[in-house]
Amino acid sequence: MRNRIILNLAICVGACLPLCLPMMAQIDLSGSWQALNHEDNMERGPGPNIDDWTGLPFNEAGRAKSLGYMQSVISMPERTCWFYTQWHIADGPFGLRIWAENDKLTGKTIAWVIGAWEDRADMTIWMDGRPHPSKSAPHLETGFTTGEWHGDVLTAYTTHMKSGYLRRNGAPTSDEATLTTTFFRHGDYLVLTMAESDPIYLTEPLVITRTYQLTPRIISPGGPPCIIGYEGVKEGRVPHYLPGQNPFVNEMDHKYHIPPEASLGGAETMYPEFRDKLKDKFTIPPFCKDTDCGRPRTPPPPQAKAQK
Amino acid sequence: MRHSITSLGLAIFIALPLAAQPPGEPSGPPADPKAAAPIDMTGYWVSLVTEDWRYRMVTPRPGDYYSVPMTPAAVKLADAWDPAKDEAAGEQCKSYGAPAIMRVPEHLHINWQDDNTMRVDTDAGKQTRLFHFGHWMPTSKADSLQGDSLAEWEMQRDGRKVVNGSLKVTTTHLTAGYLRKNGVPYSANAKLEEYYDMMTERNGDVLLVVTSIVTDPIYLTQPFIVNEQFKKVPDDKGWEPTACSSRW
Repeated sequence: MRNRIILNLAICVGACLPLCLPMMAQIDLSGSWQALNHEDNMERGPGPNIDDWTGLPFNEAGRAKSLGYMQSVISMPERTCWFYTQWHIADGPFGLRIWAENDKLTGKTIAWVIGAWEDRADMTIWMDGRPHPSKSAPHLETGFTTGEWHGDVLTAYTTHMKSGYLRRNGAPTSDEATLTTTFFRHGDYLVLTMAESDPIYLTEPLVITRTYQLTPRIISPGGPPCIIGYEGVKEGRVPHYLPGQNPFVNEMDHKYHIPPEASLGGAETMYPEFRDKLKDKFTIPPFCKDTDCGRPRTPPPPQAKAQK
Repeated sequence: MRHSITSLGLAIFIALPLAAQPPGEPSGPPADPKAAAPIDMTGYWVSLVTEDWRYRMVTPRPGDYYSVPMTPAAVKLADAWDPAKDEAAGEQCKSYGAPAIMRVPEHLHINWQDDNTMRVDTDAGKQTRLFHFGHWMPTSKADSLQGDSLAEWEMQRDGRKVVNGSLKVTTTHLTAGYLRKNGVPYSANAKLEEYYDMMTERNGDVLLVVTSIVTDPIYLTQPFIVNEQFKKVPDDKGWEPTACSSRW
């Protein structure tokens, strides 16, 4: 009898608890998020045009390093994994698998994890207030990331990354670069704004935003970490172009009538005022019939059936 | 005795939600949208063009439709793009419609036209968008380049206190236009859904991040989803109103 009374009371109190607990900010970011790639599709997939550094806030050092870049350099064992810092989230074509790591006793989320993809390592976003390592600590492919909520918006800050790239045509980042990633969720859409700062190669942060869509299909956070192999580059050889000898500096001009003063980047190329510099020189390029303009491929004609 | 305990439980069930309300919550009619704004979008903003540069900063190459999920009908129409025809028809502004205008490199001026209407002016193409809050109904049945936009705040709370938020805008009643200046089309059946978020960078820059979702049953095989970033600037320096152009 007494037990039944206590049970009734407990049910009444328990039923009202969801109504009583204050609504906490913070939202669930977990799930498989499909990349939509409706922007920079070519750059994120097959790769950027070889001399396209438009919209990158380079300084002269960043520009010089980009001009010296030869694609074969990533065949060197020392540079095979060069592309795969956490910036690859913004500039690669892949979706995201995100999950929470929770304290087993309290249930509190101590970290959010963006799973690895191919050669990019996990990004673990520590939410438990731990400090970043000292400046002298080793840099890893994962970097080191902490996060905090502001309402339903998660802001993550990554340091201790290895040197890497901004675009897969040699635009560099140094090992002093830092990355701020802001997560906005709108229903089934996850918007990531990533801002990379680099005192060595950039005059101001490069900001890029990507949108992902929740998908019921599992995105496996797999792929082994980047594995260095021998690709036949002779020891001691470092593929590069000497200053003034990059043969591709006019590619953007040939294809799109975008002159080198734009394609060689610089902060001014991010801002609308830059259009005034191009306006009187620009002519609309000829019609592009190639599939490398993103045109749908013409399906081959059906094969004629064999005559009986 | 049993009934007393159950009654006590029910009383707790009713009373606890009321007790959980923090003190000091104002009573009275809800604040108007301007007063209730969880983020302050007003002021001057400048585009940061770091994505799709060759599709935005210059006229894209004709035939270059990378990234856009176009139907065959859209490709056929885009392949026939002729800026001279648009000029002759007085349709130079087709690439400045609501689904495309935020991607045009530009300055924005955002302010409140009244307590229920946010106004967004662009210097590029001299366009004006009005975001109407509440139960606004259009006064005209005609479609237009900027369409009719309904806005609502999405509040983010910590307890009952609003700590952040974003703006959701839905735009319909659009006339046909271009998603890109090289003639990538959207039809009069297109609908635009947008989210406006704000953030502050570590260097102090304040950014406005816009997520644009265009659906079009005629010219798009799936929703076309892109983002734009704007940086807050202190004044109207750089504000340079320019007329629409079919070619530049």
